Order: sequence, then C-alpha cells, then structure tokens
Amino acid sequence: MRHLKLLRIGPLGFRIGSHWRGPIAALDDLYRDYPAPLDGIADFNVHLFAARPWRRVLRPSVHIAGDFVIPDAAPLPLAQGLLAAEMGMNLQVALGLRRYLLLHAAMVERGGRAVLMTGISGAGKSTLAALLMARGWRLMGDEFALIDCATGLAYAFPRLVSLKNEAIDVVAQALPQARFGPLLEGTPKGAIRHLVPDARAIAAMEQPAEPSLILFPRFGFEPAERPVLPSEAFVRLTQASTNYVTLAERGFEALTRLVQAVPSRAIDYPDAATALAMVEALA
Amino acid sequence: MNPALLLARVLRAPSSIEGLTAPDWNALWAVARGEQLAGTLAHRIAGLPMPQAARRLVEDSIASAEQGRTAALWEAEMARRALAGIDAPVVLLKGTAYAAAGLSPLTGRVIGDLDILVPRDAIEDVEAALLAAGWEWVKPDPYDDAYYRRWMHELPPLIHRDRDKMVDVHHTILPLTARIRPDAAALLADSVALENGLRILSRQDMLCHAAAHLFADGDLAGGMRNLWDIHCLLGEFGFDGLAERAAHHGLGTAMRRAVRQAVRLYGTEAPPAWQGWDMLDPLFHRRLTARDVWGRSTRKAVQLGFYLRSHALRMPPAMLARHLWTKWRKGHRPA
Repeated sequence: MRHLKLLRIGPLGFRIGSHWRGPIAALDDLYRDYPAPLDGIADFNVHLFAARPWRRVLRPSVHIAGDFVIPDAAPLPLAQGLLAAEMGMNLQVALGLRRYLLLHAAMVERGGRAVLMTGISGAGKSTLAALLMARGWRLMGDEFALIDCATGLAYAFPRLVSLKNEAIDVVAQALPQARFGPLLEGTPKGAIRHLVPDARAIAAMEQPAEPSLILFPRFGFEPAERPVLPSEAFVRLTQASTNYVTLAERGFEALTRLVQAVPSRAIDYPDAATALAMVEALA
Repeated sequence: MNPALLLARVLRAPSSIEGLTAPDWNALWAVARGEQLAGTLAHRIAGLPMPQAARRLVEDSIASAEQGRTAALWEAEMARRALAGIDAPVVLLKGTAYAAAGLSPLTGRVIGDLDILVPRDAIEDVEAALLAAGWEWVKPDPYDDAYYRRWMHELPPLIHRDRDKMVDVHHTILPLTARIRPDAAALLADSVALENGLRILSRQDMLCHAAAHLFADGDLAGGMRNLWDIHCLLGEFGFDGLAERAAHHGLGTAMRRAVRQAVRLYGTEAPPAWQGWDMLDPLFHRRLTARDVWGRSTRKAVQLGFYLRSHALRMPPAMLARHLWTKWRKGHRPA
C-alpha cells in the first residue's frame, strides 16, 4: 500500500496503510499533534484497500481490514475515506485489544477522577464528552474507555470525536475555536463530522485516571436520575465490552472490582444543558 | 527481506531480533498475526532484549494464547462429558491434542476449533450426543450438508449454542473422495489414552496427520503455522518409524515434502535421506511464504493454482466440475 500513517492514540499505536492518498492526508491533518507509536511499533494495523485494482480509480470504494477481521464489513465511498480509517482503527481495537478491558464508553476527567458514560449509540456519549471538554474537563475519549486489569486505572483513548447529525451544530457553537474535519454526508450513520480533541486532551493522553463515577445516560426523556446497583452495572458493562469474554478471569476481576468500587447512576435528559448540569452535580 | 521469511528466521533463531528496525517489527507482527503465529512468536522471543513496544505485544500475545489454551482444554472436557456414555474412543486432533499432551515446543499455538476423531460406525451416536448436549448445525445449506455426509472425512461443523465454539467430528483424516485413503482403523487402534480417558494419536500418526492436512488436502492457506507444528513435532519425536508409518497410510509423498519444506523454512534437523528438493518444492515454498509487510496474502496466481490443486486432490474431475458449478451458482468465489 502506497500511503502510510503511523500514530498513537492514548497507549495504543496504529499503522494505517491506504491505496489512496485522501484518507491518509485527512489523518495527517487532523491527527497532526498526535505522537508516533511507542518505538515506532504499532499495536494494530489497518488496511484501506480496493477489492479490485480498477476500483482504485473507477467508482473507488474503500474496503476496511486489518490484523483482526470480521466477515463482510461494508466498504465506503472514497469521499468517506476518513470515516473508513476511523472505523478501521475502532474495529481493530474492538476485536484485538487484550491489554486492557475495553468498555464502550465516553470518558472525561477532572482532578484525577474519571467519569465514564456508557450507553447505546444515540445516547449522547460523544456529544456530552465534547461539551464537557468545552467546560474544562479533560476529554479521555468519546468511544472506548480502557481499564487496566491489574490496577483498575482508566486509560484514555482520545481519538477524533465523532459527532453525528444534530450534535454537529450544537458542539460547533460550544467550541467555536476547535478544529473540525470535513462534513461527511450520507454515511451509514447520517451526517458525521469529526472534532479534534483540544491540546490538553492530547498532551495528557497517556495519563490514566481513577474511575469515580459510571453514568448510563439516555437522551430524549424527561430529566430523571436513579442509582444503579453494582449487579446491574456489571451486566450492562459486560454488554458494553467487546473483550470481556476473551479476557476471561482477568476481565471478570477487573469488571467486578470496577462496579464495586465506583458508584453508578442512570440519568435521563431532554437536552444537552440539562445533561451537563446533571453530570456536573453528580461528579 | 520477504516478511514471511523474516518471521521464519526469527522463529528458528530468536536472537536474530537484535537490530530489527521499527518497520521490520511491524511487518513481523503483521505476518505473525496473519499466519496465526503471534503467540508462538511471542513465546520464542520472550525474555530477549527488545524495544518496550515489542515487549508489550509479546506479553499480550502470551496472555492471549494462554487463555486460548485454557478455553480449548475446557472445550475438550465439555466434549468428553457429552460423549462419556458412548462406547467408542474419542481422539483429540491438532491444536487441542498438542495442548492436552503438553508438547512444550507448541506453546503459544493458536487453537481454533475442537477436532476429534471417532470410529465411523460410532459417528451417528456421537452426533446425537453432541446435539443433545447443546451443539447445533452451522451449515443449513442442504447441498453442503449432503456433501459433507456423503463425501467428507468429517461431519458438517457443529457449534455450541452457549459457548460459540465449533467442533469438527472426523472419522478419518482425508476426504473420502481423495485418492489417498489413510488407515483410519490403525489411527484409532494405535492412539494413546490420556488420564481423563480422551485419547491422542500416536507420535508418528500425529505427524502423518499434520502432513496430510498440509500437503495432501487444502490449499496451504496458513501453512506456515502447520509447518511449524511439523517442525516442532519432528524435533520432539524424531524420525523413528516415520517413513514406514507414512507409507502405510499412503502419505509417504506428503510426509517427505513436509520434512523438506520444514528443513528449508525452519532449519529442521533431518537425516540425509529425508533431505533434498524436488521440482515442485520451490512452488510450495513460494506458496507458503506469500505474505506482504501488512500480513496480507500475495502471489494471487500461485494461490489460485493451489486452490485448484486442493480441489483436484479432493475429487475426480467430473465430480469436481459438478461441485464447482454448484458452488459458483450459489455465489461462492475463491478468496
């Protein structure tokens, strides 16, 4: 593959190869302040390639693969090459990570204490993480939280924040100075625009934090809040983890320790302002 | 350097990692993952001086392989319990057998599905017992199902509904349509009991099966891993009685080729009579080492040639034509 990008997000190194310059140029631009992988050695490889040679130029369509594969991942048009690269990186981490317990959660930190926000797609994880960053929290990630099985500490994965549909304008207003990627329309998840985490999030991305609160947010409901028992949090987090089963005993021990040591709350919210007030009151 | 050859060099001489550049390390891990040899590589180089990022990958791979070994042995135990009521020997094959036998050179090996060998006349009872214990069919296609039952050396694969693990139940080690017909009764008769009542193949038969799997069946995809198995088994068991046993199963040619390729790729120590290089060996070597620095398979023409060969080995021409036509109409294309 002609075009290559090496970069580090949190503790994880990536090596991304592409048949086209476009996706790599977009990564070069948006990830320009990110370091290279430790020792130049990547933890994960991502391949962006054309299934047939002529599809590099003729209706180019970007296939996504890597060291760890799932059958029939759908290709994307070249105009969405940046999204393909992001999906490729996420997929490799989701399928291949063994060093940490992976939780599908956004995470922010203040004063060394990390707040994890987990929920289904559309619960508002990315939006809340970006808006909390605008209010002075350290963004640790909008997609994955990495829990060290030995210490219980949470490690950051501050990739580009993936904003969808209505959230794009909401966050652009809250962060007028921030850097954004191109607006990608007509993706499988609607309109997507990537937000570059602020300088502080990037500078501190290797510093872990002590988990202090687990939130299960839900968007589109009247404001409500209830405590979540460790047992319920445990079950919901096993479903939010892609590697809980493969980590076996290590995963079980890390997750039971997390839900017993850290309080959990479910919050329903009708709009972003309410959610921010609720999170900051609880944290 | 061809990255597959780099991997082979590091496996045979781990200290050769000294002086690897970052791009070398990246290619090495990519190929090792592509060939399912990451755990093996990790065990070979663990403890040697290397960059911190490589050491983390080694630790991850060792932990991952260890978990895989535990899960594979548990799966064998589940099958043992499910089949305890059946009066027939149950022989573990391939990765699970190596793990159960504690063959140390194969530490770190990825273990895929559970493969077991049972007598052909017990296969219906075995199937019924596994279905009763929670295993289910994976191939609902009637053509595939009928094909397996009539022509293959194994049942259609079964997957466990709770644990999501697959079991392949064999009654011999090559398809019934192949020209070579290994002596399945002898495989069972000479198998060796483990403490828990499950069995493993005799030493020579373990090697015969590995050689049959790699050179008398299949298209050599992932062949570096299978050849590494053979290299390690030869180192552990030696060559005593091997030629005779392989000849008995009709696997003399496959066994000799396996040894020659292992000598070439991994520097296996072999008596002079087993060494040499025939006209086709270079092509096999090219197929085995067809990987780029991303761990992706290359040499598409060689690959296609071996794909066709794998089918030609498996069935006579008329049957092959009918089979490929049926599969093509169903939308199957060679990878």
